[in-house]
Amino acid sequence: MRQAELLIIGGGPAGLCAAISAAKSGAKVLIIERNKYLGGQLVKQTHMFFGSEKQYASTRGIDITEILLNELDKYKENVEILADTTVVGMYEDGIITALYKEDDFFKISAKAVVVATGAFEKSLAFPNNDLPGIYGAGAVQTLMNVHGVKPGNKVLMVGAGNIGLIVSYQLMQAGVEVVAILDAASKIGGYLVHASKIRRMGVPILTSYTVKEAIGKDFIEKAVICQVDDKFQPIEGTEKEFDVDVMCISVGLTPLNELLAMRGCQMKYVPQLSGFVPLRNENYETTIENIFAAGDTTGVEEASAAMVEGYLAGLCAAAKIGYKTDDFDERKNDFVKQLDALRSGPVGKHILSGIEQIVV
Amino acid sequence: MNENTIICRCSDVTLKQVRDLINDGYVTYDEIKRITRIGMGPCQGKTCGQLVMREIANMTGQNIKDIKFQTTRPPVVGVKLGLIAKEGKKDEE
Repeated sequence: MRQAELLIIGGGPAGLCAAISAAKSGAKVLIIERNKYLGGQLVKQTHMFFGSEKQYASTRGIDITEILLNELDKYKENVEILADTTVVGMYEDGIITALYKEDDFFKISAKAVVVATGAFEKSLAFPNNDLPGIYGAGAVQTLMNVHGVKPGNKVLMVGAGNIGLIVSYQLMQAGVEVVAILDAASKIGGYLVHASKIRRMGVPILTSYTVKEAIGKDFIEKAVICQVDDKFQPIEGTEKEFDVDVMCISVGLTPLNELLAMRGCQMKYVPQLSGFVPLRNENYETTIENIFAAGDTTGVEEASAAMVEGYLAGLCAAAKIGYKTDDFDERKNDFVKQLDALRSGPVGKHILSGIEQIVV
Repeated sequence: MNENTIICRCSDVTLKQVRDLINDGYVTYDEIKRITRIGMGPCQGKTCGQLVMREIANMTGQNIKDIKFQTTRPPVVGVKLGLIAKEGKKDEE
């Protein structure tokens, strides 16, 4: 059995920052990352971030990964990284199991764990939603920006949140036509600066619309959409048809919580946080002692907040297992202030009303 | 039309099947899972989870907040039995 002081599950923005923070405090950290590379979803974010200076506003996501990895490298004597490895189980007796590629299955015992597994894309139910060519928008972004694969030629984007808007723009950058963006909500959910950029390029953004069906034999050939009323019910006679070979579903993310749930952490469905999330205290410790959680797995927000939550969780987890530095309070207060600043807008208020329901 | 709406991509479970079961009184995710294998494929319920819960909520007149979450168990991805046996043997040594 492999022994670890602090195990961090997930090497995205929250996990990397938790590792930096804990390693800086002196804890030995082991990061387990499912992908071959660290950075999580940051690596496919070719656009510049908003947020505040401390979370690298105006820097591209892919470059933020480099900054974080360089920072982590300062404490490399305290850091071990296992990439291409998936944590597959967390058991009541504290044992954690992991799988390296498909070849090696092993057990880990850790003094504390930070679960930073992020979120995954929600799906949408409509007829023929299993036709090839229908993707999650995040999946298309990975295909294009990580693997260099063009997903198709004509795309209908379902969802006008930030992911839908940004991926639409990046599709156009890659030379793909976006025929329209639609959203069931009556207002555009994403930042208007992204939406304006897309409108200037001539792409319609249709609010109060939903997908009625996809049509095609071996792959999607047509998408039919229709207007919805204020109760999100389809209005007959409002159908529009588009010839497309790709439909991107971008209807939100939901926390990836299965490890926390199977470990027995108390979970709660909180709409403002987009799904089931663990109850936790102000130190990001769940209802199971020494199991911490940070980032989107505790509520879908955005990468800037995930980073600060990671710093906080890493700091507190390290302190809990004996690495409480003299400047603990100072560091903690600084991170708390950063989070407050990030959450000072209307979206932040919404998130905070969700967080209120899970902090015990 | 619900027959062509896939709720569970792993096991090809349709919206019609899910709605029929809810009408028959199977009103928890875990019951529907035992009958249809929904949530037991490679994605382990990540794709269908919220869709099924929303159907249960709508059809039984409950708030989705009050619907019981699916039971999750290890492993979260497929692991070859041979690998588990090999690791288990280490405990005997």
